[in-house]
Amino acid sequence: MMNGATPQPEPVFRIENVNIYYGHFKAVRDVTMYIPKNQITAFIGPSGCGKSTILRCLNRLNDLIPSFRLEGKITYHGKNIYDPDIDPVEVRRKIGMVFQKPNPFPKSIYDNVAYGARVINYQGDMDELVERSLRRAALWDEVKDKLKESGFSLSGGQQQRLCIARAIAVEPEVVLMDEPCSALDPISTLKIEELMHELKANYTIVIVTHNMQQATRVADMTAFFNAEPTPKGGKVGYLVEFDTTKVIFGSPKQQATMDYVSGRFG
Amino acid sequence: MTAANTPTTLAGQRSRSPRERLLDRLFIRLTLVLAVCTGVLLAFIVLVIAWRSLPAFQQFGLSFITHSAWNPVPGREDFGVLPMLYGTLVSSFIALLIAVPLGLGTAIFLSEDFLPPQPRMVISFLVELLAAIPSVVYGLWGIFVLIPLLQPVGQWLHTHLGWIPLFSTEPVGPGMLPASLVLAIMVLPILTAIAKDSLEALPPELRQASVGLGATRWWTIFRVLIPAAISGIIGGAMLGLGRALGETMAVTMLIGNANQLNISLLAPANTIASLLANQFPEARGIQVSALMYAALLLMLMTLLVNILAEVIINRLKAKYE
Repeated sequence: MMNGATPQPEPVFRIENVNIYYGHFKAVRDVTMYIPKNQITAFIGPSGCGKSTILRCLNRLNDLIPSFRLEGKITYHGKNIYDPDIDPVEVRRKIGMVFQKPNPFPKSIYDNVAYGARVINYQGDMDELVERSLRRAALWDEVKDKLKESGFSLSGGQQQRLCIARAIAVEPEVVLMDEPCSALDPISTLKIEELMHELKANYTIVIVTHNMQQATRVADMTAFFNAEPTPKGGKVGYLVEFDTTKVIFGSPKQQATMDYVSGRFG
Repeated sequence: MTAANTPTTLAGQRSRSPRERLLDRLFIRLTLVLAVCTGVLLAFIVLVIAWRSLPAFQQFGLSFITHSAWNPVPGREDFGVLPMLYGTLVSSFIALLIAVPLGLGTAIFLSEDFLPPQPRMVISFLVELLAAIPSVVYGLWGIFVLIPLLQPVGQWLHTHLGWIPLFSTEPVGPGMLPASLVLAIMVLPILTAIAKDSLEALPPELRQASVGLGATRWWTIFRVLIPAAISGIIGGAMLGLGRALGETMAVTMLIGNANQLNISLLAPANTIASLLANQFPEARGIQVSALMYAALLLMLMTLLVNILAEVIINRLKAKYE
């Protein structure tokens, strides 16, 4: 599955033989792949293939679901983040998340961005941090005169960039994005995509997307997931192919990948 | 609907029979009449009470509110409602002071996943059952259980903290403290239920966003979830306050019904609701009017609380949405 011919930057994550269960229900099986540093990795695939589930495992957000269980290993710089001695709160401070629906807090724009910094008891200049984060999220010019207004006063695209500013204000190493543009119009989507290209220099980005054009536009590496029926009548997701975006969309090795990227199913 | 108001029959559609249309109109009229009845009933009660309180208002004026006296002896009638006004406000305030942290804590516990869903449901059901206990039963429980239990506590407070005006009198049994405690228990269910509902109604994305930024559960609850649900929480507290202000039976059984202003929580006191319940059977002449005046004040107070609740809720909503 992993292609040796591609340039191999240092991996941030290694996902090894991961199976995911919700109660007795197996949601994802046998995923093995890595996430390269300072690149954009896209997860694509049909609904129910487990791509969001895998993404949420990378910062232990699935811990919020009581029946969730994971087998296998996910290492972050060589350390298994599911080891019992790991504090998930620490993991999430290193690995930020942007959600499908923009979800600013019911607070001012300023307080939204400062939230994470207050969580880690940031001692530096808060005004400066807020401005820097909003600038990086390409939102500063639009909100600099109304930082005290509610985050909800912004448009959907602006709210999502606010959420990105909020995520990067805590200086994470990785930013996970779960279909960040699915609720946005095409112009806002383009802005977020440009932003991702700029953020790549400082952050490692993993994005789940339903939009294959988006994957070809932004991603360096692409993982294609699929779902197969189980004997019990459910569906289990698995990784079909992981390679550079060019290979996945140009000359994939698996027939299923070819069928999916050429629009024959999904 | 820019076209004319005349109903047009669409092609191919069965037109409605005159009888059906008549029923439609009758139904609208009927609901209108019912709605007007409710409004008229309210206006009637308020007007009658205001009308009957007029003689007392003419005799005592606004000093009725700032004056401490309750003398129904014919020829020497003198009425002032300050101690009862004070008792009403203080007992309700203490009740909220106890019930808000207790109720909010319970609501947080029940809206988080500390327990599996089934035991959680049992506990919230039990909390709501507190509201099903009749007021008079609370009063009885207060007299035979709570007051004896509080007696040593009151004695201790008086002996060791007697220099604080709040504990400056010898505990005599009934008084402000047991009444306030029972009021706190009585407002707890509504407060808890509304706070819990508003916490549970928050979109899960809020919690995920906070947790995803590396916030702990406590940080998430106090910095995101409670601020986001604050309008519901305050609304619940205000409804509880409204209930506490008007609660009669349990209070009248526990508060001691002393028409005197005493700052000590261990001393007997009185509330307006309790005053009305105790005085109406023997009241005649100007005393009836004084009671009506006191009732009007109580109504005004609960009205003010309700308006305040609406204003606070709307203010906070505007800020958070």
